[in-house]
Amino acid sequence: MLKLRFLAHKEFRHILRDPRSLAIVVVMPIMMTFLYGYAISLDVENIMIGVVDYDNTPESRQLIDHFYGSAYFSKPDASPVDGDPERILLSSEAKAVLIIRSGFARALHERSDFSLGMMVDGSDNTVAAAVQNYSSAIVSKFALDQLPVDIEIPGITISTQVLYNPDLKSSHFFVPGLVAIILMMISALLTSITIAREKETGTMEQLLTAPVTPVQIIIGKIAPYIGLALLDGILVLVFAKIIFKVPFVGSYMLLLLFGLVYVSAALSIGILISSLVKTQQVAMMSALVATLLPSVMLSGLIFAIRNMPPVLQGLAHIVPAKYFVTIIRGIMLKGAGLQTLALNGLALLALMGVLMAIAAKKFNTRID
Amino acid sequence: MSLVSVESLSKSYREIRAVDDFSFAVDQGEIYALVGPDGAGKTTIIRTLCGLINPDSGVAMIDGLDCQRKFESIKPILGYMPQVFSLYPDLTVTENLTFYGGIYGVVGEDYRTRVEYLYRFSNLKPFADRRAQALSGGMKQKLALSCALMHQPRILILDEPTTGVDPLSRRQFWEILLELKKQGVTIIVSTPYMDEVARSDRACFVFKGKKLAEGTPAALPGLFEGSLYFCDCRPTVQTLEALNQVSNVQARRFGGGIHVYLRKDVTLPDIATELTRAGFDTGGFRPIRPDLEDCFIQLMEES
Amino acid sequence: MTERPAVTIDNLSRHFDSFKAVDGISLEVTSGETFGFLGANGAGKTTTIRMLCGLLAPTSGSGTVAGFDIYRQAEEIKKSIGYMSQKFSLYPDLTGKENLSFYGAAYGMNGSSIASRTEELAERLDLHDFIDRPTRSLPVGWRQRLALGVSLLHRPRILFLDEPTSGVDPVFRRKFWKILYELAEEGVTVFVTTHYMDEAEYCGRISIMHQGKIVEVGQPFELIQKHRAENLEELFINLINGREAANAEA
Repeated sequence: MLKLRFLAHKEFRHILRDPRSLAIVVVMPIMMTFLYGYAISLDVENIMIGVVDYDNTPESRQLIDHFYGSAYFSKPDASPVDGDPERILLSSEAKAVLIIRSGFARALHERSDFSLGMMVDGSDNTVAAAVQNYSSAIVSKFALDQLPVDIEIPGITISTQVLYNPDLKSSHFFVPGLVAIILMMISALLTSITIAREKETGTMEQLLTAPVTPVQIIIGKIAPYIGLALLDGILVLVFAKIIFKVPFVGSYMLLLLFGLVYVSAALSIGILISSLVKTQQVAMMSALVATLLPSVMLSGLIFAIRNMPPVLQGLAHIVPAKYFVTIIRGIMLKGAGLQTLALNGLALLALMGVLMAIAAKKFNTRID
Repeated sequence: MSLVSVESLSKSYREIRAVDDFSFAVDQGEIYALVGPDGAGKTTIIRTLCGLINPDSGVAMIDGLDCQRKFESIKPILGYMPQVFSLYPDLTVTENLTFYGGIYGVVGEDYRTRVEYLYRFSNLKPFADRRAQALSGGMKQKLALSCALMHQPRILILDEPTTGVDPLSRRQFWEILLELKKQGVTIIVSTPYMDEVARSDRACFVFKGKKLAEGTPAALPGLFEGSLYFCDCRPTVQTLEALNQVSNVQARRFGGGIHVYLRKDVTLPDIATELTRAGFDTGGFRPIRPDLEDCFIQLMEES
Repeated sequence: MTERPAVTIDNLSRHFDSFKAVDGISLEVTSGETFGFLGANGAGKTTTIRMLCGLLAPTSGSGTVAGFDIYRQAEEIKKSIGYMSQKFSLYPDLTGKENLSFYGAAYGMNGSSIASRTEELAERLDLHDFIDRPTRSLPVGWRQRLALGVSLLHRPRILFLDEPTSGVDPVFRRKFWKILYELAEEGVTVFVTTHYMDEAEYCGRISIMHQGKIVEVGQPFELIQKHRAENLEELFINLINGREAANAEA
């Protein structure tokens, strides 16, 4: 226990004295939150949309005004050609074309069923999904507005219900996931560097001849970084709350608990990497490749896992971020409790155990 | 029984035999030097003793314990100073000492008395708060040695502690080692400098993973076969060539003069006529004692 | 052999903030001399060599190398000197030949002159056996000869060698010195630093530097007699110890 204290204490000093790792710890999470939260925002605005109006009535023109009046849609420079609305999509001048068949006004007044046409450029699926969601929201709002107040429920409803993220803000969905990515990356990166550094300076040779066990070395190294990683988590969350106004519905304690398990898993990955490489540079590269890519791609942060080919779906099961993304979104946005998250939590715990065991086993006490 | 023993040790890296059937033994309280150039295999031998390398065959034992299987029990009595500077450059002198004290369980009052002692012999106290990276070469060596001595080991293993260090710092470093020997510490040290053999109790010449010779500093130069003369004449290429033409003679420039090596069983009178014919005055040939390097080279060439 | 000076230094200093790395040294080295530039670690040897090679500007004083001014003619100096440091500047993944070609090109030599010079050096330095192998796989002694080859490519008149034989086996070291002697005989000035005192005895003249100052210059044998020392190591240690004792008193 005493030896652990000395090992951890020394590690803290390294962190405080190395401007590079301090920068990784403080600047990188903030930068990433900004980058992912703002620049790579999934909120699509000003989508170019062309309109072909065969109805040509005050009502149809009003509907068009509703579209262009919203922040989501803008009018393209070119107008769609009658009889060939697809051309404007092919030339990429617009992402979608709204087609109002004649009879729209009449249907509205008679409250009969009517369907509007929408051609969407599916090559950009984010935009396509946004067009569908936004337009149905606009149409239903328009339909409601047109009805006299005294009349009860209208005959035509286009039902679009947005759960959990009522503002349709992707940042609400995104930032909690970001916490998962950042924690994974920072933790793995830092631990992998710290052991590789000891190999580079030759101090590992000296450590290995001292009466400390590999487990002591590993724990002594991990402990300071657990604190550091959690601090980073808090940093990003505070950021999320202030800048992106992401709600936090659930329990802080529960998040902290799962956070600990998750961070331990991430740190084990770092240790594992550093056992296999010799230099800080290689450690850094390997840690980035091994954590960032799978965590972003296979965690469900951006891409839905169920739409992936079976091989990738299988792979996703061993990506710790997959479970933690679900957990943190659940806790922050839905206020999910322990029961709901139990399965994901257990999976994470098991993964952590396996990773730690491999890391401890692979930790080489020989230098050749 | 010897405190340290290495028997038939072999280790290869790919096709290269780093250590080839190497054996030696060191008694309690001895300073034993492994002497040889880079790549001779010294580091591999030392790392095997420190449990850092698994040999392909052979056994290394310290205090009757196998260095591969029982290394955990050896750790408390062993102090090791690796070849590369093995301290934390971003920590201060004190912090490095505290850390190594901590992991060896030297804390509290024990630690304070030990540090005072180590400061006394290393003269590092004025630099206690300086970061290790800002120390001069000689001071770094002393700090590394202090860290290795923190837990009062009975055996000290040093891998080229004086390489690249100037002669004065080297001398001071050896004075510390001699002081430790007086306290009963057994020391195994590797070095590329022949002159350091003189300060050890016994030394062993290592080359290409093999033991060339072993003995006391007094006995080792005696292994040289043949004789050596100093010829006080201008060492031009022509003169050297003329000397090398003489049978059983090898000439080498040395500063402003020439060293003349005679093969064994050949004496100066034997070749006097030939030398005179070549234009040399044998009266100007002064016999000198071959040094350790002459001896090492002869052994190297024979092997 | 011409007797014009290869290196002259007059009251040369280099300070780093308040630290006087080199503190007003003066020295003259004649063409064709093998000059041993000795000193303790941190005495200022490397700083001096860097100034002489035009890599570092002096704080004050003057100096010439091959007749060129170290302040104004750094480019000319670089063309007339060869430099080899303790850390061999060879690319480990390239073969000896490739390294030589690369540096030849860097010195502005054309393909055919690189090829003929490489052949010449290979013969001279006995590089044939390993010139086509990646330098990483070579023993230190061989790499060191290659590095010497690189520094000789452009036929420099002055050779600066910073601890060239560190860690090399004695046979290689003797071979190396034989080559240096031959070069000196051809008029090349050899300016070398070393921690091997036996090697320093091979030099025609040596200087001993301590805390930025040159404390002694002369022929090794002469100096040993003058200070009544047993050998050069003894001399070195006594000189520096004496200095430090004097400092402590002052």
